[in-house]
Amino acid sequence: MRLELKNVSYQYKKEDRMILEDFSLSAEHTERVGLLAPSGYGKTTLCKLLSGYLLPDSGEVLLDGKPLSSYKGYCPVQMIWQQPELAVNPRLRMRDVILEGDKVEERILHELGIEPDWMNRFPSELSGGELQRFCLARALGKRTRFLLADEISTMLDLITQSQIWNFLVREVAEREIGLIAVSHNQELLERVCTRQVELRK
Amino acid sequence: MELNVNTEKGAAPGAPVLKIEHLHISFTQYEQGLRREQMTVIRDLDVEVRAGEMVAVVGSSGSGKSLLAHAVLGLLPYNASAGGKMEYCGSELTPDRIEKLRGSEIVMVPQSLACLDPLMKTGHQIRKGRTDKRTKNKLKEIFRRYNLKESVEELYPFELSGGMSRRILISTALIEEPKLVIADEPTPGLDLKVAKRAMEHFRELADMGAGVLVITHDLELALETVDRIVVFYAGESIEEAKASDFKREETLRHPYTKALWRAMPRNGFQPTDGVQPYAKEMPEGCPFAPRCRLCTAECSKEIPWRELRGGRVRCLSAM
Repeated sequence: MRLELKNVSYQYKKEDRMILEDFSLSAEHTERVGLLAPSGYGKTTLCKLLSGYLLPDSGEVLLDGKPLSSYKGYCPVQMIWQQPELAVNPRLRMRDVILEGDKVEERILHELGIEPDWMNRFPSELSGGELQRFCLARALGKRTRFLLADEISTMLDLITQSQIWNFLVREVAEREIGLIAVSHNQELLERVCTRQVELRK
Repeated sequence: MELNVNTEKGAAPGAPVLKIEHLHISFTQYEQGLRREQMTVIRDLDVEVRAGEMVAVVGSSGSGKSLLAHAVLGLLPYNASAGGKMEYCGSELTPDRIEKLRGSEIVMVPQSLACLDPLMKTGHQIRKGRTDKRTKNKLKEIFRRYNLKESVEELYPFELSGGMSRRILISTALIEEPKLVIADEPTPGLDLKVAKRAMEHFRELADMGAGVLVITHDLELALETVDRIVVFYAGESIEEAKASDFKREETLRHPYTKALWRAMPRNGFQPTDGVQPYAKEMPEGCPFAPRCRLCTAECSKEIPWRELRGGRVRCLSAM
């Protein structure tokens, strides 16, 4: 299975600069692709396009040869965000947050080190690292085929970063989920990815 | 470089600008109904920043480090109470004194992008309304260094990207001539080049005689510019080390610091199991004990500070 951006252009407002212009990128489900780009390049925009949160002005986003927008229901491309505290509903307890995605195996919660007691808490009662574990679990539902990781560990300490990435690499390899990881940290991408793409203005 | 920090009134080079001992901060929360509960977020934190020195307090996100900055600046919320000793330039930092000094002698670079006033153009906001030539030129100079176009001065915060807002927050501190800079997570969302430049800028302020305290979870970045590191874990400072001690695992002291070192991508990327204990469920004694291989029965008692190889550590088995 392949996830592709084909000649994609995107800008937020007509008068603004083009964020992406005639941009192409493709990743196989067996790959872990690292994207390295300076701040303000449009990495988050790129991820949002790849996961169907935004539609390109021109060009195509294809999963397995079909437009991503033609997949109904659960989106097989899931995105994990940089700031977990902004990616969860502050008024839901964690056990309800986890239900927002597809069915999540018990095993994943366990391997991510999610304590049963955390399920009863609200997001404000968990640390960033703990919340990010929930966001990972939520994105790893049964029907997930590709995962986009947008700076998912910049806010975390080194030990949590290494716990999360070691788990994620094992998990996507086992389930043959494609991974696209965005980061500033080249050393991290070298550890985690099978291939790196450097994006320049 | 113009030497514009007045060391006369403040601390002589090498003298402590900020000295914090046994800082503890707790919150009063309402559980169900009228039942109140105390939640201690910082239990025991020691840190000292001398003139001309850059010190980092490193700890994981959500561990309450930001409260340290808020305590020094007297910005804790109403339901928080702080205790311990805080000294600025040799005498106690009282609430009255804080109020006089903050914004001029003591400046803070806040973590939250929401600290920018959404209704004020960025240029006006950084200059705090001043329009004299000197301030304007200084701002231009700062913008040049951070690759911000002059037109950014005319933008409102909502028109900025995450990285741009971050640079604006840093600019608000740099436009003053501070003796103490407290930067609370100043770099997330910046790419490595800009993040390094920001850290170097803080370094310059230190070289000019100010004391700089950086509160961050990004140990790797801190190591490149700071002189000393205070490692913060689950509400306590557990080790004080020179930045150069982080070159090898053997020169570090506390098992947690060593675990941090091993988790760096360049040093093996090895995880350590477990998570930091929740503030309401703290173990007795050493907070790292439940995850520590060297843990003994003695570790559940209070662990005193020990001088060790030019640093300090709060661990019984560190050698």
